[in-house]
Amino acid sequence: MPDTTATLSDRRPATAGSLRRRVWAVQIGFGLLAVVTCVVAPLIGPTSISLSRVFDGTIPFAENVDAQIFFIARLPRAIAGALVGASLAAAGVVLQALLRNPLATPFTLGVSAGASLGAMLVITLGVPLTVLGSAAVPLASFAGALGALAIVYFLATMRRQGLSTLVLLLAGVTLNSLFSAIILFVQYLADPAQTLQSVRWVMGNLDVGSYRPILWGLAPIGLSFVAFARLPRALNLLTMGADSAATRGIDVLRTQRLAFLSASLATGAAVAVGGPIGFIGIIVPHLVRLLVGADHRLVLPASIGLGAAFLVICDVAARTLLSPMELPVGVITAMLGGPFFLWLLVRNR
Amino acid sequence: MTVMNRRNTAFVASVLLAVSAALASGLASGPASGVASGQARPERIVSVVPALTETLFAIGAGDDVVGVGTFDTHPPEVATRPRVGGLLDPDMEQIFALRPDLVVFHGSQQDQIEQVTRAGIDTFTYVHGGVDDTLTVIRRLGARTDRQADAEQLAASIEDRLAALRTRLAGRDRPRVLLVFGREPGSLRNVYASGGTGFLHDMLEAAGGENVFAELPRESLPLTSEAILTAAPDVIVELTYDERMAASSQASEIAVWDRLSSVPAVRDRRVHLLLGNQFVQPGPRMADATEAIARALHPDAF
Repeated sequence: MPDTTATLSDRRPATAGSLRRRVWAVQIGFGLLAVVTCVVAPLIGPTSISLSRVFDGTIPFAENVDAQIFFIARLPRAIAGALVGASLAAAGVVLQALLRNPLATPFTLGVSAGASLGAMLVITLGVPLTVLGSAAVPLASFAGALGALAIVYFLATMRRQGLSTLVLLLAGVTLNSLFSAIILFVQYLADPAQTLQSVRWVMGNLDVGSYRPILWGLAPIGLSFVAFARLPRALNLLTMGADSAATRGIDVLRTQRLAFLSASLATGAAVAVGGPIGFIGIIVPHLVRLLVGADHRLVLPASIGLGAAFLVICDVAARTLLSPMELPVGVITAMLGGPFFLWLLVRNR
Repeated sequence: MTVMNRRNTAFVASVLLAVSAALASGLASGPASGVASGQARPERIVSVVPALTETLFAIGAGDDVVGVGTFDTHPPEVATRPRVGGLLDPDMEQIFALRPDLVVFHGSQQDQIEQVTRAGIDTFTYVHGGVDDTLTVIRRLGARTDRQADAEQLAASIEDRLAALRTRLAGRDRPRVLLVFGREPGSLRNVYASGGTGFLHDMLEAAGGENVFAELPRESLPLTSEAILTAAPDVIVELTYDERMAASSQASEIAVWDRLSSVPAVRDRRVHLLLGNQFVQPGPRMADATEAIARALHPDAF
């Protein structure tokens, strides 16, 4: 497994210029990968559509089936997939560095379980369907994510001045179990049709059908990405340990706070948009480290690009393999991710 | 490793769902099982299957029903009987305490069936299938409870009403229909529709509609929105068992379909939301449910 606890930048005396060139190369390369995937994905699907008809402005949209398939059934899915994939991959990188644990995922700290609980409650209680024009399920899951985030953060900071990553980890894992138990209880009380819907929600679904959920998700995810952009150098030092980072002039507490809050916010928004789609946050960062090394100035942008591309591709498979049936995208990522994860574990020995 | 548990749960759930779907489609082809004949009329019946509880009351065995399932709502008298759990959580202790001489189970409740059988109590197992299977189950239940005449009358009246419906609608254009029985509230995600087999498909055909997914031999299809756009149904009939859904909620649920404006059903305002568990539980009210679907599809025929 790539050694996340050592920073290459300290061992390898790369000049500032060559590092900057590599950062640019990685950003452009993986950025292009994500963009190309997003452009190509809507062209692929079980129905053959004519592109000239899709963009033919003379046909009213309400009568243009090709355009509706392209703009309702495919393009929003690609954009949502890119957004969710990038967020989960980036959150994985940040949390693995923050917790100094290569097995950490965006779902380790209870945020996704909180999001799931929110969604379950809306699905089973049948709460009023729309709030401010947006469907209630994504909003409730985002609220659940924020709730979990607040609880974990409060627990990790209440005991002493700093932010204890140990408490963070333990509180997160415990909250995961607790929320999972509550979810099971809620599902148990629900009637079978609602249980089916809530079980299905957990498998992830990017068939957003409109751009509104994407726009809702964009604000918190954008905010997180602004924070991510400030983190890489500090994360490099943080992976060596808090004390060591402090001696090098890093404001450890501020970095930890920023890392936890931004990663959790991105995760919460991603889960609200697409459901708790697993394994992206662990496969992508590790794959990226195999490709570009362990320097977070490279790992973070590369993971964002690869995470976006990977989930968009998985989602194309989700909507085409069993067409007209939907194959849950979380099942695809888990089936690819599970074996990969095991291979990483074995490879480490 | 709680980290893994989260993912495992999703994975196991998906595998379970796939397996149960496979089982359901396999079982649906051979429903009638566990017929016991030549037995005395049972006097203390427990039923955890909503459709069969309702059938028991409909064939005059209601007074003998001493325990019902969690999800039983029809007829209203079931409210006066003790609840003994449902498909996933039958309370065996309570079932035994009611001292039944017949217990009606779902075919999938194998463990419970074995327990009750071991205690020397008879069971009646139910596996749902198409409309014909439902009629067979009604007659079997009549035979088992020694109420053949009432059961025959109920089954025959359903058959007659469905036949009358076919006659009434003969020669009319059959609209292409998408029959939806589940989706995420307030969105078009996780839409479940009827494939070309099972009682929902049969009811739709009897109601004078042509199922857009008739050629797919499955009872339930989780659909992509692309599949709905491509299928381009003339009518969308959406079933929900929430009988008390507020009118405003109904309107906003129907409005959710508006974004698929190229679908003829949406364009022509032929999206219908039908409320009530008679649409999703194949039982004595099957003819009512089929007629209601027919009225939605052919408003000018009534």
